Amino acid sequence: MAAVQETVDRVRRIDVDQYRYGFETLIESDKAPKGLSEDTVRFISAKKNEPAWMLEWRLEAYRRWLTMTEPNWARVDYPKIDYQDLYYYSAPKPKKTIGSLDEIDPDILETYKKLGIPLREVEVLEGVVRPEGERRIAVDAVFDSVSVATTFQKELKQAGVIFMPISEAIREHPELVRKYLGTVVPTSDNYFATLNSAVFSDGSFVYVPPGVRCPMELSTYFRINERNTGQFERTLIIADKGAYVSYLEGCTAPQRDENQLHAAVVELVTHVDAEIKYSTVQNWYPGNSEGKGGIYNFVTKRGDCRGNNSKISWTQVETGSAITWKYPSCILRGDNSRGEFYSIAISNGHQQVDSGTKMIHLGKNTTSRIISKGIAAGVSQNTYRGLVTAHRKATGARNFTACDSLLIGDKCGAHTVPYIEAKNSSALFEHEATTSKISEDVLFYCVQRGLSQEEAVGLVVNGFVKDVLQQLPMEFAVEAQKLISISLEGSVG
Amino acid sequence: MNVVLAKTETEHARSDILAVARDRLPGTGKVADLRRQALEAHERLGLPHRRVEDWKYTDLRVLMREVLPLAAAPDAEALKRAAAALKLHAIAGVRLIVLVDGVFAPRLSETSDLGKDVSIHTLREALEAGDAALQAQLFSPDNSDTMVALNSAMMTDGVVIEVADSAVIPLPLHIVHIASGAAPAAMFTRSLIRVGKHASATLVESYIGAEGAKAYQVHDSLVVAIGDGARLDHVRLIEDSREAFNISSAVVTLGAHAHFNTFGMNTGSLVSRYQAVIAVAGEGSRVETNGVNLLNGRQHADTTLFLDHAVPNCSSREIFRAVVDDRGHSVFQGRIIVRPKAQKTDAKMMTRALLLSDEAEADNKPELEIFADDVTCGHGATTGALDDSLLFYLRARGLSEKEAQALLIQAFVGEAIEQIANDALRELAIAAAQRWLAARG
Repeated sequence: MAAVQETVDRVRRIDVDQYRYGFETLIESDKAPKGLSEDTVRFISAKKNEPAWMLEWRLEAYRRWLTMTEPNWARVDYPKIDYQDLYYYSAPKPKKTIGSLDEIDPDILETYKKLGIPLREVEVLEGVVRPEGERRIAVDAVFDSVSVATTFQKELKQAGVIFMPISEAIREHPELVRKYLGTVVPTSDNYFATLNSAVFSDGSFVYVPPGVRCPMELSTYFRINERNTGQFERTLIIADKGAYVSYLEGCTAPQRDENQLHAAVVELVTHVDAEIKYSTVQNWYPGNSEGKGGIYNFVTKRGDCRGNNSKISWTQVETGSAITWKYPSCILRGDNSRGEFYSIAISNGHQQVDSGTKMIHLGKNTTSRIISKGIAAGVSQNTYRGLVTAHRKATGARNFTACDSLLIGDKCGAHTVPYIEAKNSSALFEHEATTSKISEDVLFYCVQRGLSQEEAVGLVVNGFVKDVLQQLPMEFAVEAQKLISISLEGSVG
Repeated sequence: MNVVLAKTETEHARSDILAVARDRLPGTGKVADLRRQALEAHERLGLPHRRVEDWKYTDLRVLMREVLPLAAAPDAEALKRAAAALKLHAIAGVRLIVLVDGVFAPRLSETSDLGKDVSIHTLREALEAGDAALQAQLFSPDNSDTMVALNSAMMTDGVVIEVADSAVIPLPLHIVHIASGAAPAAMFTRSLIRVGKHASATLVESYIGAEGAKAYQVHDSLVVAIGDGARLDHVRLIEDSREAFNISSAVVTLGAHAHFNTFGMNTGSLVSRYQAVIAVAGEGSRVETNGVNLLNGRQHADTTLFLDHAVPNCSSREIFRAVVDDRGHSVFQGRIIVRPKAQKTDAKMMTRALLLSDEAEADNKPELEIFADDVTCGHGATTGALDDSLLFYLRARGLSEKEAQALLIQAFVGEAIEQIANDALRELAIAAAQRWLAARG
């Protein structure tokens, strides 16, 4: 049992305190008063110069929210959130009109530099083999709640792609926003989504017109930077007939003592023959080694495959946050549509992850695939919770699900809670789940060949999650691989 | 609105039931207290509905709507009808223990000349006599489940079986629950079996309805304690009337190096629910839980298993098969929990459903909750129709469509049935499956 003792010792030494991205930028910010009321909602709406219909929409959500209760079915445990003790809006004060990136607050640029995020056009990731035609990334950077920079606008405009902060889109393309906003995640969907609908501050809006293949990967970096600021992002992506877009989202946040609430909503819509690929790397502050602090991440992400032959693919690497409550889902409405969910969820320290997906088969010959890899270390709890359902008319529905869990140490927990519902005989569902630990033999083999214990674990874990890493866009794959080894540092068993 | 209405109706019915039944419930003092607590728990929760996670797929407020009044004690006519039904479902080579309308029927049972290895008493005797430890054990099922609480509050009879240490009981003990059919009514029973150290026994439970018995309700529960080094083989056969309700539960505890092999087959009843909590409390124990649902018409059958590994070096296997035709609805919920100390646990669960009709439904929820790292745990679940290529292969060899289907279905459920250790009982289960297939036509 020596190995077990060693694990215990190592877990005790976890250095989650040394969160690499734990720093804070001091910029004056423009805040709404603490607490939530109709006035807060009006304040946010006014700040954004929103049209009347948008304010009405928010207020309706707010009134609905007042009647709802916080869900408690997930396997996460946290002190009660005082929604009146949070700020619902904060924006960096505009110093002047931004003409180019050079005019951006140098503090902000410095922040991104520390994060290693390539804001400038020329800063395409180093060390990555560039495919033909040179791959580029457009960054709509969200700093706290307001987008401060948008690049590549021109080229996107040429292709007809609309990519802008959603607050701008509400003003400039109200017909599109009105048509789609809240149609995938209705304002009444769930407690956190309703809260988001009332107070969302900003986020991204993407519209890819028919037949257009978005010329570059779109990415947004979210960052929470103001003490006690609830962060409520709202993202809406629409791929019209035959369009394709790949969207990347990555997050880091500075270290804090108080828990921070994050309740984002992401809505995806694909029309006939369209495809959206949505990738996330989430690395928010997970709390310190005593489980103090850290981000509460309650996210509602849902895609609607409205048209026939459309496809939505979710890929996520979840390593951060004290609490993750997140179920990116696909509504497979169009015939022959396809949903995919690839996930790596790593929990260490006192983190609690309750994540998974929903594949709702409504159309004929719809297919879905779920690959979930959960890794639990320290004293964390890691839960996969998923739903696969085929309705009466979803003839020929197919699903394959594999959820594997890896336990590192004997103080953590890995759980699998799948719901599999078949309501017609031609549906074919396959589900498998395994839970195990890293084999001592494999570790011994690696160590004997000169690898350190940590390198050996890194190697095995990277092998374990390979199926999912392969789904990430190249730029993210590199970042994600790094993240995985950082997240597991000190937890070797 | 419906839900609320249903609740008020049952609320109303419940107080009536109890008023009528009060003087027929055995036990005073402590037992009466425990009954009251159980009833309070049930009244607080009402009938389970879909918002109660464990009952998500079996909403009794919609399916059952109300708890029927307690069945009258069987008269001579009832016993006669029961005896006739018993003949139809007779199993050779077993020792019969018969409960008619929820009351032990000594004349139909074979409980004399038991020898010193087995003792059998009725639940009524156990609750009225003063063995406090036994009474506590009889009340061990947890009131947190509303239907278990109802059963604890209302249990009128059943049997208490004790198998002596080191005894080997060759003849399976067969508890038969018969609904005699008079008026639609509910029966509330609870039985207990204690298997002494290094002993071994086989327990069979059947649920049948006499001719004319239709929409009755069976509320049954079983408490099992398997001693160190002991073995219990357990087979449940639900062959209730096609309009009946069968709400059963079991609480099983295993000592060290014990072995529990259980198999359940469900071909009868309109709505059935079987929930078992199996706690492996001693090291080196083995559990095999297997089951088959064969459903058609509008049948609804729910099997909910909770396997609790609390100690190291134990293994468990679960194999479940559902074949669902017409508008049938099969539910399987299997939860395996491996507690922090239960290192070296080897737990596997496989559930498969075969849908024969486009209106059939199968819901599977295989859960794993793992708190120990040095374990091998896995589950698998599949749902689908019969494989067309296999059907074609058999058709090409001259079998009719129905024959080919029957052969494939038999093989499909065979994987679970063949886990029954007792040859005669295995044959019995195979025969029951064949009868079901033959009845499909």
